[in-house]
Amino acid sequence: MAAEESYPGELRYHREHDWARIDGDEAVLGITWFAQDALGELVHYEPPDEGTTVTKDSSYGEVESVKAVSDVIAPLSGEVIEVNQAVVAAPETVNEDPYGEGWLIRIRLSDPGEADSLLDSDAYREVIAEQ
Amino acid sequence: MQTLQRTPLYERHRALGARMVPFAGWEMPVQYAGVIPEHRAVRGEAGVFDVSHMGELEVEGPRAHELLQSLLSNDLDKVEPGGAQYTLLTNERGGIIDDLIAYRLEPGRYLLIVNASNRDGDFLWIKEREIPGSDVRDVSDDYALLAVQGPHSLERLGLRDAPPFTFAMEQLDGIESMVNRTGYTGEVGVELLVPAENAVALWDRVLDRGAVPCGLGARDTLRLEVCFPLHGNDITQDTNALSAGLGWVCVLDKDFTGAEELRHIKAEGPTEKLVPFVMEDGGIPRAGMGIAGSGRVTSGSHSPMLDRGIGMGYVRTEQSEVGTELTIDVRGRDRTARIVKKPIYKREG
Repeated sequence: MAAEESYPGELRYHREHDWARIDGDEAVLGITWFAQDALGELVHYEPPDEGTTVTKDSSYGEVESVKAVSDVIAPLSGEVIEVNQAVVAAPETVNEDPYGEGWLIRIRLSDPGEADSLLDSDAYREVIAEQ
Repeated sequence: MQTLQRTPLYERHRALGARMVPFAGWEMPVQYAGVIPEHRAVRGEAGVFDVSHMGELEVEGPRAHELLQSLLSNDLDKVEPGGAQYTLLTNERGGIIDDLIAYRLEPGRYLLIVNASNRDGDFLWIKEREIPGSDVRDVSDDYALLAVQGPHSLERLGLRDAPPFTFAMEQLDGIESMVNRTGYTGEVGVELLVPAENAVALWDRVLDRGAVPCGLGARDTLRLEVCFPLHGNDITQDTNALSAGLGWVCVLDKDFTGAEELRHIKAEGPTEKLVPFVMEDGGIPRAGMGIAGSGRVTSGSHSPMLDRGIGMGYVRTEQSEVGTELTIDVRGRDRTARIVKKPIYKREG
C-alpha cells in the first residue's frame, strides 16, 4: 500500500528530496514521499557500508524502481552507524512508510551545524511545488 | 520540439490516473496503479494495454505476396488467409530493420503490425521496393489496438479458444473487431484491432469485463521475463537474426534481403549470441551496462515474478552456454549473473 502524501513538520529536508530526523548528534535519513512517488515501487536499495562516511550533498546509496535508478543524496555529513536491513530485504517498505519503517541509514553527525542549511517542511513544499 | 502524438484513449488514461511518458513520439501510459501489480494481473488474471501507437501497414495487390516474400525473413507460403506470422524486415547486411507480425487478410492482402518507432522507416523501406502489382499504405492512423492478455483474458471477453497466430473478425459487445491471437507477454490473449473511432467504447467494455489497465512499464517486464526481444534494444539494424536467436524465423532457402549474408553467418557460426540471464547478486541490470568479456546488456529490469534482476545481452559465442556465470558492471560494481534457458519465467506445472 502506498503512503499518503505528507511532509512531517519535525523533519528537516534537502532539496534533492531527502529528509533527516535529527536527535542530538545522530540523525536518521531517508527519501521523501515526493521522491518515492516519482520513482514508483522500489525494488532495490544499494546501501553504504556501516562505518563509512557520508558527505552532505553527495550520493550515499541508490534506490531503484522497476524503471529507474536514483542516487540518494545525504542531507548531512557523518559516519554510517546503521543501515536499515529491513529496506534492503523489502525495498517497498519505503513506498509504504517513507518517514517511518522506510528509513535508510542512521549516521553520527560530523558537523551538527550543517542542519542550519536544511529546509523545514513548508520550505520543502515550495521546492516541490516548482517541479 | 516535436509534439507528442496521442492515442484515441489519451483522456481515458488521464482519467485513470496514469503516469504518461514520451515513447517513440507518443504520449503513452507507463503505469496506472504500478508496474508490479499490473504485471501480476497479467500473469494471474487479465490485463489490457493500449498499444495504438503501433503501426499498421497494408500491402495489397496481385504481387503483394511476392513483394513481401522478397523483403521478410519468414516464409509467407506457410500462411493462409486467417493466419499470421512473426517475421523480420531485414537489410542487406542481415541486420534487423524491424520485427513484426504479418496477418494474411486475403491471398493478395496483408496487414503488417510494426513497432511504433519503426513505422515510418518500415513504410519507406517497403514503398521504395514496391513492384508493379503491389501497393503499400500506412493505415496506422485509422486504427486503435488493444492487447488483452492473461490466463483469464479469453473468458473475461467471452471469446473461444483459438490457435495462436490466427485471427478473425468478431463482435465484442456489439463492436466489430479484428481479434488476433497474438501478444507480447507470454500469456494467452488477444490483440484487438478496431477503427480508431471505436477505441473508447471497446476500452470501456474491456474494463467493464474486468481487465486491469496496464502500462508500457508492465509490458516491458512481461516481455523480458519470456525473452521476447525489443527492437531498438535487443535487436537493431546492426544485429543479425542468428546472433539474436531468431534463426527460426529466417527461411534461408528463400531469397530475401540479407539472406545471402545470413547464410554466410550461419556457415561461419555467429561470433556473439543474445542470452537471457538472472542476477545472482542483488542489483538490477540495465541496457548499456558492460558484461565482462566484451559483452553488453541490451535489456534489463527487475522481474516481478522472480523478485530479482533479469536481463538479456550479447556475449561472445564461447561464453554463451546455459549456466555460464557473467560479471556485469552495475555502475562500477561487479555483480554476478548466470545465463539461463529461455524463457526466464515459466509458470509452474
